[in-house]
Parts: sequence; C-alpha cells; structure tokens
Amino acid sequence: MERQQLHDLISSVCHAIIAHTDELTTLDQAIGDGDHGLNMKRGCEAIQAEIETISDKPLPDALQAIGTKLVMTIGGASGPLYGTLFLSLAKSCPQVPDRANLVAAFKSAIDAVAARGKSQTGQKTMLDVLYPAFEAFLAGKSLKEVAIQCNSAANATAPMLAIRGRASFLGERSIGHIDPGARSSALLISTITHVLGAAN
Amino acid sequence: MTNQTSGQNVGIVIVSHSPLIAQGTADMVRHMVGNQIPLAWCGGNLDNGLGTSVQAITDAIELAWSDAGVAILVDLGGAETNSEMAVEMMPPSRQRKIVICNAPIVEGAVMAATEASGGASLSIVKAAAEELLSR
Repeated sequence: MERQQLHDLISSVCHAIIAHTDELTTLDQAIGDGDHGLNMKRGCEAIQAEIETISDKPLPDALQAIGTKLVMTIGGASGPLYGTLFLSLAKSCPQVPDRANLVAAFKSAIDAVAARGKSQTGQKTMLDVLYPAFEAFLAGKSLKEVAIQCNSAANATAPMLAIRGRASFLGERSIGHIDPGARSSALLISTITHVLGAAN
Repeated sequence: MTNQTSGQNVGIVIVSHSPLIAQGTADMVRHMVGNQIPLAWCGGNLDNGLGTSVQAITDAIELAWSDAGVAILVDLGGAETNSEMAVEMMPPSRQRKIVICNAPIVEGAVMAATEASGGASLSIVKAAAEELLSR
C-alpha cells in the first residue's frame, strides 16, 4: 500500500470516530457506562499523534503499531477488542495484499475479536457489523454496498437483546438502542470503504 | 501499586475499574494475610477515570512477579478482557505462569493470598479463589 493511501485511511478513520464522539457517548449512556465515545477518541488521538511514523511502516507493521496503541490507550472493553482486530490483521496481512488476502485476513481478525469477547453474532455487539461487512465483502459487493450494509447492520442491533458486555446487565432494557460498538465499527468500515472508493 | 516481597510464593494482582477498590482490596489482603506474598494492584483508566488499562495491568504483573506464578483477580468485564490482553502480550514463558481467577475480587484475593502465603502452587491458589478446594 502506498504511504499516502495508508496515511489517508488512518487520518480519515480517526477524524470520523472523533467527529462522532458525542453520538457514541450518547449511545453508550443508554445501555453501557457512557465512556465509549471518549475511549475511542482517546485511542484515535493517540494514533493521530503518531500518524507520520505509522504511515512510514510496511502495512503489517503499521497494523501492529495501530493495534498495540489502541490496546494501550482506549481502555474499557473496547481497547482489547479493537486492538485484537488490528493485531490479528497485522499477523495475517501480507505487505501487498490482494483481495483474497484481505478477505482471509479480515475473517481471521473478526474471529479473533469474537474469541476475545467470547461472543458471536446476534448478541448486540460490534460483531453484528463486522460479520455482515465481511459477508458483503466476500460476496463481491462494491465498496459502497459494503458501507451501506455496515450502516444498516449497526441500525439492526437496536431491536436485539444484549447478551454480552455491560449492556447485558440491562437485559430487556437493552432493546431499542443501537449498540455503541456496532456503531463505531460501522464508522470504521464505512470510512475505509469511502477512502478506498474515492481512490479507485 | 504496593510493596513487593521477594520469594517463591505465588504473586497476587488485583485489577479493578476503581483504584480505591483495588487499593482497598490490597489493604485487606495485607492486613489479613500479611507480607509473605508479592502483591500489586491497579485501577482506573488513563484519564484517571473509572476503567482499566493494559499498561497498568502489565506493570502490576511485573511488580508482583514470582517464579511460582501470578494470580490475577478482576472485578467486571473490561478488567477481565484487559487482563487477558495484558497476559497475551507477555512472553510465552511468562504467559504459562499467569492465571485470571473467576472469583469475586475481594473474597477471591483474600482466599488466593491465604493459599499463596502458605506456598501453594498456582493451580491451588486459583482453585482457592474460585472456591473449588474441598475442605
């Protein structure tokens, strides 16, 4: 991957997440402990502070640096989950990946997140966006369609009953709210597809 | 963080979202069990709010390190996930000597420390915290 494209991806994702800090916080106040927006913001700001160094690295090393930084700075339960996503990508993504490499790397990264969170789809978590995004990607959908799929998948977590994470303490009361992790995952994926789409 | 005792007894690490709970639990362990075990605690996120930090957990494991192993006691969800992450980022030779106990943080810490202070193995310390020992 070209340095400039990697730089654009990192910068755009960080801006998108930071711009939605208040929305993520509001969502998390409804069913969690209200820190998701600030935690994600803190992680993204830490990445932004090192964006030049990270962008200089080969793709796997950049992913490793991003994952480690997120683990160390986001905190909460999201730090290890997002950290695991990137650390797993770093392990399985070659320096110059083709589409098949990316599909395989994405799948093993999402599986690693599921293992870390001891969760699966249908439990009102970020997995309810990541797996549908993967399915759309696997099915050869366009980047735009993947983004649309992400956003509708995030919205589809609203009627779900939370089974994992802090929201599960609320039981039935978790129903009716979009999961904050699903929303931040949708922001992450849709921003990536947007940047890649604009480049093509 | 807290003082460290050298020796071959299993070390205990207490991880809470709240530094006050972590420190209070460590105080109870020291008071009820004594100084025969390496003990460390951490709590709070990087903004000094409620939460847990992988870096702080890593530092606490380092502080309480014993060749006999380290047992970690956690409070809620994120404390467990962050502790797992901290363990996985350690060298494999150390990973094998760290366990996370599925136990209430205060009771578990006192039970685990009691066994540890008598020189029990890591698996016995974990079982004690989880109330799996037959007495």
